[in-house]
Amino acid sequence: MLWRRFLAVFIKEFVQMRRDRITFAMMVGVPLMQLILFGYAINSDPKSLPTAVVMGDSSPFARSIVTALQNSAYFRIVESPVSEARADELLRLGDVQFVVTIPVDFTRDLIRGDRPTLLVEADATDPAATSNAISALISLNDTALDHDLKGPLASLKNAPPPFDLQIHRRYNEEGITQFNIVPGLMGVVLTMTMVMMTGLAMTREQERGTMENLLAMPIRPVEVMLGKIAPYIFVGYVQVTIIILAAHYLFDVPVIGSLPLLFGSAIFFIAANLSVGFTFSTLAKSQMQAMQLSFFYFLPSLLLSGFMFPFRGMPEWAQWIGEVLPLTHFLRIIRGVMLKGNAPYEVWPNLWPIAAFMLAAMALALLRYRRTVA
Amino acid sequence: MTLAIDVQGLSKSFDGKTVVHDLTLRVARGQICGFLGPNGSGKTTSIRMLCGLLKPDSGSGTCLGYDVIRETDQIKRHIGYMTQKFGLYEDLTIQENLQFTARVYGLDRRNERVEASLERLGLHHRRNQLAGALSGGWKQRLALAACLLHEPELLLLDEPTAGVDPKARRDFWDQIHAMAAQGITVLVSTHYMDEAERCHEIVYIAYGRLLTYGSIHQVIAEAGLTTWAVAAKGDGARIATLSQDLSGKPGIDAVAAFGAGLHVGGRDAAALERAIAPYRSDPMLTWQRTEPNLEDVFIDLVARAENDPRAA
Repeated sequence: MLWRRFLAVFIKEFVQMRRDRITFAMMVGVPLMQLILFGYAINSDPKSLPTAVVMGDSSPFARSIVTALQNSAYFRIVESPVSEARADELLRLGDVQFVVTIPVDFTRDLIRGDRPTLLVEADATDPAATSNAISALISLNDTALDHDLKGPLASLKNAPPPFDLQIHRRYNEEGITQFNIVPGLMGVVLTMTMVMMTGLAMTREQERGTMENLLAMPIRPVEVMLGKIAPYIFVGYVQVTIIILAAHYLFDVPVIGSLPLLFGSAIFFIAANLSVGFTFSTLAKSQMQAMQLSFFYFLPSLLLSGFMFPFRGMPEWAQWIGEVLPLTHFLRIIRGVMLKGNAPYEVWPNLWPIAAFMLAAMALALLRYRRTVA
Repeated sequence: MTLAIDVQGLSKSFDGKTVVHDLTLRVARGQICGFLGPNGSGKTTSIRMLCGLLKPDSGSGTCLGYDVIRETDQIKRHIGYMTQKFGLYEDLTIQENLQFTARVYGLDRRNERVEASLERLGLHHRRNQLAGALSGGWKQRLALAACLLHEPELLLLDEPTAGVDPKARRDFWDQIHAMAAQGITVLVSTHYMDEAERCHEIVYIAYGRLLTYGSIHQVIAEAGLTTWAVAAKGDGARIATLSQDLSGKPGIDAVAAFGAGLHVGGRDAAALERAIAPYRSDPMLTWQRTEPNLEDVFIDLVARAENDPRAA
């Protein structure tokens, strides 16, 4: 008897599982997605990091050092030579990870045996991204000039190394992980909660049978959408405030840039995530499905945005996906403003992609909304 | 006499299955029109097309003078549509639901209207109760009050009395008649024959096709049905076997249980008499000619529609 009743439920569950396409897709899709992302996209030892070189001296020695940097595979020279001011800007914008400064009179001091100092500045807002590259640097000053130090200069090869290396971890002197994680968490928390909040918005109307009544009333889809999104912008701001307070008072994360700029930029990110949630809720048939769909958004956001793993460690295709996701850009904005003190014009390159994403998600949601009328 | 609903040839199909086929309907202002038909006959789809929720695949027409295809915004503003399932928010209070509805319609004197509506409903003292806590009958009254807030000229009610007790149903119909007296047109779908009899005119659809239309007398007269009532002495067992014997016999178009007996109907009076002749001598049965009622007519109509090769 027990067996038969067990079988009744067992069979029914299978039949229902087969009907629920999204759950089925989840069961196959999520492991596949995780395998691909973890297996191919993630690399905790990022190489060929963009580097700018300030050439105070363009002697063969200096060029040998630049070559040695590139040969290490960790550094990819993207701009050289650059002025100090430009180098600083590139670092603030996050366009380069390192700035190498070869000082004026480098060659003269080297030949004299005065052991000139080579300055390497690293963007340490993500300590994980730079640590291996910095380790690789340590051996550089021993070997970089081996070929150049010939004849009368051969004596310089002997220890101590012919030049000094000074490594400057910018924006995060001590390489504290929290400086990277805590601001990033703001983006992650907003992504998860905001998408879920509106993800339920339309499916709840569907499930409770209030949708038809809403559709029969003289109200436009855009009015419904904005009306449903707007209240959660306040919720988002409450979260932003809590995290900033916690970052500052619990974790001593500096807030170098302007808070109004941070709050101003956050609205686009919050609205973008709310729009994604709203889109999901027009695609899904039930609240359960909306939840499941949002999982397909969280996973790449978490893994490909540079939150958990260094963005520049990922292969190009994964970086392209990452560039589409609002979280990627928001992480850059929030780290830029809090740690680097970015100004509005430095935030803009990461702000417009979020705004564009938001508009696209809203357009899709409205398109889908109209179709649900039928 | 102006028409509140005037549509021709409305058709709608979903996934290749025709749900409403070539529906033509004219309802004069101030009339109560009963919309009848079996489950899945296309009543809800028809109502949704009339109120601008669904775009017909073909056909044309007007609702309150507004085009049903192009002027759906105007239609939505001027009609009241009560959905089959309770469509208000169960987690809002009665008053909050009414306020929300009033805001969506952009009504002036909002508080005044909501107050008046609460007063009319007799829900004044329960205004802060959650709508989800109301019984079926009260939910229906609240839903009706919400669709009346913006003073619509046409009410489309989709099975408003399903699951509502007889007393509440009677109150509801009194209200419908009061509104019709004020000139409001009402299209109401129902499964109850007693409700159909309260309508000025009725429409019967099955398999997406309109089968008959008119006042009750017209509908019955046009059906041209001859009906015999049969009663049995003793227990009902005789009636049950008789019902099976008679169904499908040539000349017999409709057999329906009626009280403890049966109604047997046919369009051809002579053929019907020939068909029942062998049973009329049965001493356990008493036969009597009677007037066909709406149900007899509908059973005959559905049976005819079923045999119609066009009904896919």
